[in-house]
Amino acid sequence: MESQSVLLRVNGPVVFASNMGMAGLGEQVDVGDEKLTGEIIALENDVATIQVYEDTIGLKPGEPVSACGEPLSVWLGPGILRSIYDGIQRPLQKLYEYSGTFLERGLSTPGIDLEKRWPFTPVKQAGSAIVDLSVLGEVPETELITHRVMVPRGITGSLTWIAEAGEYTVTDVIAKVATADGEREISMLHKWPIRKPRPIAKRLAPRIPVITGQRVIDFLFPAARGGACAIPGGFGTGKTVTQHQLAKWSDVDMIVYIGCGERGNEMTQVLEEFPVLKDPRSGKPIMERTALIANTSNMPVTAREASIYTGITMAEYYRDMGYHVAIMADSTSRWAEALREISGRLEQMPAEEGYPAYLASRIGEVYERAGRSEIVDSDGSKREGSVTIIGAVSPPGGDFSEPVVTHTKRFVRTFWGLDRDLASARHFPSIHWNTSYSEYDVSAWYAEHVDLPWAELRERAKALLKEDEQLQNIVKLIGADALPDKQRITIESARLVKEAFLQQAAFSEVDSYCPLEKQLAMIDIILTFHSLALQASADGQPVHKIVSSPLVEEIHRMKEAIPAAEMERFVDLKRRIEAELKG
Amino acid sequence: MSSESGRIYRDLQRAAGPIIVVERVTDVAFGELVEVLCGDGTIRRGTVLDVSTERAVIQVFEGAEGLSLRNTAVKFLGKALELAVSPALLGRVLSGAGRPLDGMPLPFEGETRSIYGSAINPVDRDYPMDVIETGMSVIDTMNTLVRGQKLPIFSGNGLPHNELAAQIARQARIRGTDENFAVVFAAMGVKHDDATYFREELERTGALANATMFLNLASDPPEERLVTPRCALTLAEELAFKHDYHVLVILTDMTNYCEALREMTSARGEVPSRKGYPGYLYSDLAEIYERCGRIKTSKGSITQLPILTMPNDDITHPIPDLTGYITEGQIVLDRELHQKGVYPPINPLPSLSRIMKDAIGGERTREDHPNVTNQLYSSYASVGNIRSLAAIVGAEELTDSDQRHLRFGDAFEAKFVGQGRDERRTIEQSLTRAWEMLGLLPHDALHRVTPEQIEQYYEASSGVDEEE
Ligand SMILES: Nc1ncnc2c1ncn2[C@@H]1O[C@H](COP(=O)(O)OP(=O)(O)O)[C@@H](O)[C@H]1O
Ligand SMILES: [Mg+2]
Repeated sequence: MESQSVLLRVNGPVVFASNMGMAGLGEQVDVGDEKLTGEIIALENDVATIQVYEDTIGLKPGEPVSACGEPLSVWLGPGILRSIYDGIQRPLQKLYEYSGTFLERGLSTPGIDLEKRWPFTPVKQAGSAIVDLSVLGEVPETELITHRVMVPRGITGSLTWIAEAGEYTVTDVIAKVATADGEREISMLHKWPIRKPRPIAKRLAPRIPVITGQRVIDFLFPAARGGACAIPGGFGTGKTVTQHQLAKWSDVDMIVYIGCGERGNEMTQVLEEFPVLKDPRSGKPIMERTALIANTSNMPVTAREASIYTGITMAEYYRDMGYHVAIMADSTSRWAEALREISGRLEQMPAEEGYPAYLASRIGEVYERAGRSEIVDSDGSKREGSVTIIGAVSPPGGDFSEPVVTHTKRFVRTFWGLDRDLASARHFPSIHWNTSYSEYDVSAWYAEHVDLPWAELRERAKALLKEDEQLQNIVKLIGADALPDKQRITIESARLVKEAFLQQAAFSEVDSYCPLEKQLAMIDIILTFHSLALQASADGQPVHKIVSSPLVEEIHRMKEAIPAAEMERFVDLKRRIEAELKG
Repeated sequence: MSSESGRIYRDLQRAAGPIIVVERVTDVAFGELVEVLCGDGTIRRGTVLDVSTERAVIQVFEGAEGLSLRNTAVKFLGKALELAVSPALLGRVLSGAGRPLDGMPLPFEGETRSIYGSAINPVDRDYPMDVIETGMSVIDTMNTLVRGQKLPIFSGNGLPHNELAAQIARQARIRGTDENFAVVFAAMGVKHDDATYFREELERTGALANATMFLNLASDPPEERLVTPRCALTLAEELAFKHDYHVLVILTDMTNYCEALREMTSARGEVPSRKGYPGYLYSDLAEIYERCGRIKTSKGSITQLPILTMPNDDITHPIPDLTGYITEGQIVLDRELHQKGVYPPINPLPSLSRIMKDAIGGERTREDHPNVTNQLYSSYASVGNIRSLAAIVGAEELTDSDQRHLRFGDAFEAKFVGQGRDERRTIEQSLTRAWEMLGLLPHDALHRVTPEQIEQYYEASSGVDEEE
């Protein structure tokens, strides 16, 4: 006897339904007369606990509930780039066309346009062997990204038919594969459950830096392709601006930007800025390589929880095509709070700060989906892709000892700690050199790709900052004037590192993006000044004269005054410093 | 047995704090509005917080105080709490739940809307760009307010946040335009005096005709505070997005709102998070603060100026903390400045306007504006350290540059931050004054401004202050 499932109870975004014995954990369900999208998060006897991805006001016990037969999934295929989605991959542009300014619920629209025709060019021929993720053909998805149409996972065999070059919709059959279980038809569209990581065939070590054009990152605390990074900081310390900077300038192929429980206007800013801002390498608008997920703070908290997984699944899909993808999640704390809220509604036993006991494992599962991988196609060709995850963390009161920061630290290896005092003094990025670290070993890449000795310069700069930190404690008590000459020079040089080098205004025309070559030339000049000034003072030059030299002023202004196109001016500046201090 | 007509139930099982529980209900919706018919003939209103096939948990806006389990009936109204909103509400004084307090009937016209609103689709948002000149130097120069921004005032008990908010409401003007302007004022648990103060201020400046006041005073039921900002914003959305008004919404005091929420959730026995506030305080506040901004399909805007008092002046307390995480900056009042006699006692260092960066400079305000702001921040931040050092070694022992920083700090607080309660400075005047302050510093301490700007503005102003 089948009997209809109905709602038993509605408690905010969490509802309970009867007769769900046949449904599976994680299965997607339609809830109520309006068919709101939900997901089964617990099953006990015949009763399912469901989190609903939309506002539940007006739902009544007794309304019907039906299981969809598959887990909550994203649609994968061409058309993801340049789109803006909510947390469960509903295209916001489409929703706007249906419901106008204010989001209405109960609208269900596929994440991929099913009508649009895409130019498809086959790259394999009938008869070819097919393995997992074999590339069948290509579609120019945007000006920057060619979509590689892959065989879905789990299909191997031989290609019996492939469509000719031409225009197809994502549901048209473009290939047929003879498998052990018979012939399979393949289109450009498939679905993947958001909570199930797409497997990495062969994991490669994260040894290649993501070059971001941000000096404090590239020089001091680099991110690695396939790595996991966190940006914790109190409100107003620069998490969002930093994430926007990384999304704009990083030398990856694709960006998935997830606005997870943050401000609507910040997404609007991305929508307005990215289509006009040019990628420094290709000269094309950076929107051409970007997919956006906007589940702002006032959108349903359950969809916020899902948004991170939706974004990562999309990123993994492009990684499998052989692209380097970076995900910005702003902010993972809002995602963790969504977990907390749902867990509270389930009356689960809370652990620290009301968070559920599984908080740490969930954080771990998310960051573990980062990685760099190699995929071998059936013709023996190899391609490499990566997913780099960069998560903002918003600790209450800016206190890094709270649960989300402490657990995140266990799973990331680059940590950019933002500092309230630096932010108040408008020292941006406020990534503090004492609290931040990067454990990715990218020195071999630097040795191979840049002329100046990155690792050595970095060690010297770090040592200088360390020495300065100790001296500052003394300065606080007796003033800089009372220090011996040598230490005054150290303090002045460290000031140059902090102000002339690490400080970098995101909104500066010239300095927003700083190429590696310029970064290293700048730090080289400051460190040269430091060592020559020490020498000069030991040789008897008066300190006040050294530190008030117009050259110091010039060093202070070089980031703005010398554009990257005029590198020879750094050579000249260095020569003049040497002349003055050695003379 | 229990129901009289289809929609009236008498089976009250529990009443505690603001919560009542009704048993054996059918056809009740989550979020549904109810009328609680009390034994004495009065009617209270409430909303369904949790509903199952057996019972409904109801939050009563006026509180469950005095309700008897026997003599009370609950009538389910089949809809969520709604408000009929239209420009005809301008000039009116309403209760915190939108009932008239001024003795006049509610207007017939108006769209009936759920007070809970819906999220604005980010696709239709328009990024705020138009500077509002408040006439106050420290705001206009360093924390510029932009039309469509949500910029709260973080205050403390006894600090002049009301005066400041009123002065902003009075002086605010858009550079170069004159358009439909309205004020929506929502009071939550404020003292009678404070509400009167605002009303008189609006009256004094002739703004009352274009203002609507939603008043929940300290003596009114705390549960009602939970709907007050939502009622106010429902009206604001109608005015801004349907009738092209530029609406300034003043919400005071958000701390009382949050406390009412805490009371309600603890009455329900929910698992608390920090300091007893519910884990979803962030989402709840975001539902309020995000109802703000500009959209592409209308000329109007909503600018929010929420006021909150920080318990114990602690900016890390969950209320200011979560607010700061949602709003587009904050204006922080400082007790020390207040004690020094500085009005407005705004400490720029913890204050922030996140939106100003795209709204200032060049054509919009003045070319040097962004750099001057950064320079003031950076110089004033170092004053703090130098003051501590001076306290240890004595001011005479300081370097010349440090001594000049001390003088800069004092002048900055007294003459730049400080100004008269009716004084209105244009942005140009504020920037000129900023350069007078920077003129007290040696020019090689000014790395945030360009050499050209130093030449144009610094040389002209240095030394001016000395003569005053
Ligand atoms: N790299 C930067 N350059 C210049 N200004 C910055 C930078 N980072 C942050 N800011 C300033 O700090 C403000 C707050 O930054 P934001 O990233 O929004 O903080 P958070 O996301 O941590 O709350 C910005 O509005 C901007 O004024
Ligand atoms: Mg942010």
